[in-house]
Amino acid sequence: MNNHKYDAIVIGGGHNGLVNAAYLAKAGKQVLVLERRHTVGGATITEEVYPGFKYLIASYLISLLRSEVIQELELARHGLEIMPLESTFVPLLDGNYLADWPDHDATKHEISRHSKRDAEAYDEYSRTMRRLALAVRPLLDLIPPDPTSVTPNDLATMAKVKGTLSGLRKDDFYLLARLMTMSAGDFLDEWFESTPLKGTKATSGIIGTFMGPRTPGTGYVLLHHYIGDIDGVFRAWGFARGGTGGLSQAIASAARSLGVEIKVNSPVAQVIVKNGVATGVALENGDEYFADIIVSNADAKRTFLKLVDSKNLPDDFINDIKRFRISSPACKVNLALDGLPEFTSLPKGKEALLRGSIEIAPSIDYLERAYDDAKYGGWSRKPFMDALIPSLLDPGMAPPGKHIMSMFVEYASSDLEGGWNEEKKAEFLDVVIDTLAEYAPNLKNIILHKHIMTPWDLENTFGLTAGHIFHGELSLQQLFFLRPSPQWSNYRTPIQNFYMCGSSTHPGGCITGAPGRNAAMAILEDRP
Amino acid sequence: MLKSSPFHSRTAPLMQADQWRRWAGYRAVSAYEMTHDREYLALRNACVLIDVSPLCKYHITGKDSLSFLNRLVTRDVSKCSIGGMLYTPWCNSQGKIIDDGTIAHLSENTYRLTSAEPNLRWLEDNAIGMEVKIQDVSEEIAALALQGPKSRDLLMTLTDAPLASLKYYRFVNTSIAGVPVMISRTGYTGDLGFEIWLESSQASTEAVWDALIQAGRAFALQPAGIWALDVARIEAGLIMLDIDYTPANKAMIDGQTSTPLELGLDWAISWNKGNFVGRKALLAEKQQGSSVTLVGLEIDHKEFERQHNQLALIAPYPFTAWRTMLPLAFEGKQIGYATCGVWSPTLKKYIAFGHLQSQFAINGTIVTIDLDVDRYRRPFNAKVTKLPFFNPARKKDVL
Repeated sequence: MNNHKYDAIVIGGGHNGLVNAAYLAKAGKQVLVLERRHTVGGATITEEVYPGFKYLIASYLISLLRSEVIQELELARHGLEIMPLESTFVPLLDGNYLADWPDHDATKHEISRHSKRDAEAYDEYSRTMRRLALAVRPLLDLIPPDPTSVTPNDLATMAKVKGTLSGLRKDDFYLLARLMTMSAGDFLDEWFESTPLKGTKATSGIIGTFMGPRTPGTGYVLLHHYIGDIDGVFRAWGFARGGTGGLSQAIASAARSLGVEIKVNSPVAQVIVKNGVATGVALENGDEYFADIIVSNADAKRTFLKLVDSKNLPDDFINDIKRFRISSPACKVNLALDGLPEFTSLPKGKEALLRGSIEIAPSIDYLERAYDDAKYGGWSRKPFMDALIPSLLDPGMAPPGKHIMSMFVEYASSDLEGGWNEEKKAEFLDVVIDTLAEYAPNLKNIILHKHIMTPWDLENTFGLTAGHIFHGELSLQQLFFLRPSPQWSNYRTPIQNFYMCGSSTHPGGCITGAPGRNAAMAILEDRP
Repeated sequence: MLKSSPFHSRTAPLMQADQWRRWAGYRAVSAYEMTHDREYLALRNACVLIDVSPLCKYHITGKDSLSFLNRLVTRDVSKCSIGGMLYTPWCNSQGKIIDDGTIAHLSENTYRLTSAEPNLRWLEDNAIGMEVKIQDVSEEIAALALQGPKSRDLLMTLTDAPLASLKYYRFVNTSIAGVPVMISRTGYTGDLGFEIWLESSQASTEAVWDALIQAGRAFALQPAGIWALDVARIEAGLIMLDIDYTPANKAMIDGQTSTPLELGLDWAISWNKGNFVGRKALLAEKQQGSSVTLVGLEIDHKEFERQHNQLALIAPYPFTAWRTMLPLAFEGKQIGYATCGVWSPTLKKYIAFGHLQSQFAINGTIVTIDLDVDRYRRPFNAKVTKLPFFNPARKKDVL
């Protein structure tokens, strides 16, 4: 029994939990973070699963991390260093390839090999997406207003939303409305004609979501991934030195320096609620901690269906949370390699492309078929992959001369027919490696160790319900003022003094730090 | 990673100071020599040879090619007979300029359009429902600009084509060193000059280049790069895409776009040829008056020199054109911006392009431009003048 009382307790030391704790501490609160695992970071983590090789077992890249978070928490001082990915390489089985370079002319030359028309359209497409992203981006930093409410706060925020969008050119506004409601595939068909270009561009619309590129709503996901920038370059992805674990260590260090106390190996069993007011938490080992503010970094389902006794919650809210869409198709594969994979279609002299993203996404149809295979409780026979060789960017990730390869893989259903087990995992891992080996035939000869995180593992390891990397689908019916539930999209909950700061809240998943930061602002509004 | 021009095998060995630049994804020459002085002087006094192959080129053929072009561009292409060329801008439906270039009427229902930026998609989108074939021939056709007062004399030693009587913006088909070429009386220098168009095979480009250089010895021919060209085109009052205007399809906001009327291209709009893309918006602008007008500026270089002398310094001359946006003010308030400027060795004037709120675009108006005097930024007077700054009779004369 621990009688020490904190101002705030954050359940879960994921990156948003840490960001939230740091902001609360910065405002003078005494904050305790309780993490069930042996280390903080949640899915923002690097782990040495195989000696000498640092695996990115969950998240792998950073783009949407708000620069406000980096500046305000002084993350650079705490060791954060982000290296931009230079390129995208899309190998094709017919010996050809597509590449996106950091240079405009270089990219144009690559695309015009496939279609001159697309090479021209690409410029305009990129500019249009940048303009839309620029317009939408301020919404990330807003506490979502309730459009039905007439409180001064909500009205003021609605006015901000209106102000943000009214800066858009007329044609852009219409386009935005269309993009938000259509599929990434249909949107890209309007712009481009070449198959691989549409394939690789469509991947932004499906990453992390259990939808195919032809599913309406993926247009928004496409835009969501354009909002990120590194040093002003939109749609740029970066690799944190040491992997994404390097980022969470930097945030943890910033939090500690602000006075945050972090306890690992401390799984929370329940939120203690008295007369509709949250007062503390009970750990699985029976320890109890008390505070005026309780914040959950866990996803909405885990938070309200597991950590809170349902008697403390209104029925309609519980129903909202129950129907919150959270099935996940995303897996992570890590390979320890004795050398570099040799892609048949990679021309000599362009090996630099291995330092960027390597995407197995030859066409929209390929991606849609991959989804088709999985949507009835199966997995893709030919999966989509977003691969990366981090050791080429940060030699510290693997022993000298060796490499690691990190692959984000879709689709493998979290609701696998018959359920996931070790055999099924091994089977799907083989599917992934067989698929990649079609593009890089030497792959199997250089694998020293292989590792897969299926949705099942992501759930068991990190407590992500269904293993969903965004804590719930980024589909229109559960975005902004609907995330995770209408009326409770402002980080507050039906239980007094109990808040949410994870990706189930606006603006959703990816390593953004935004839910954590926004939640801290909401909390500090209530309890300055 | 940059593309090489079809003349690269000949231009590369001439390069003395690694002064390459990018032009439409190609490696292009800024200046062959350590400075571009001699290249510019040759342009105005003898002749220069400039590789302009990176220009985008499209062949437009088919029954509807004339109506397609007349729908696309602002000028009346029906006025362009076979053997003729015309300069024209083209716009989007808001009348905002997308690009500018030339159209050559090659033969019945066959035209060639040149542009600064790739336009294939825009052309195709505007050809919907028309019987017209658009072919990107940018890489198949090489182009050289032979410009300067001696250019005609030089060319006449290489071909029997009737160049003496070839009028401004007309072309002839002939051959040089056995290579079929099209020679047009066109250019981007405001001087007497020609452009030579040929297929881009290495054998052809080398043969033509070598023949020109060989014959050019008698005419002080100088290979030249973009720096020399840039001085000449500013003197000639010729606008440049990306420098003097942002193409509408590249603009991030409306405020970055321009119209042909704002750029002084009202002469290049044919109001009576029927509808064309942007006509309605341009007509409205013509009726209401443009809010911005392109003017020439003569910057008070005497005062610029005086202020340097006061600091015991010699005033630097901007021999290479600057291409940055500089604010222009009237009585201390910004009323426009300049987009490029250079010292004109021919006119002995410091000249610039200004985009002014139209009420200030009156000849003789004095505006101010901020320039650096050593470590200090100071306003200098600039007098509004008409463009072009330099327009020699030889540009259009025939023998």
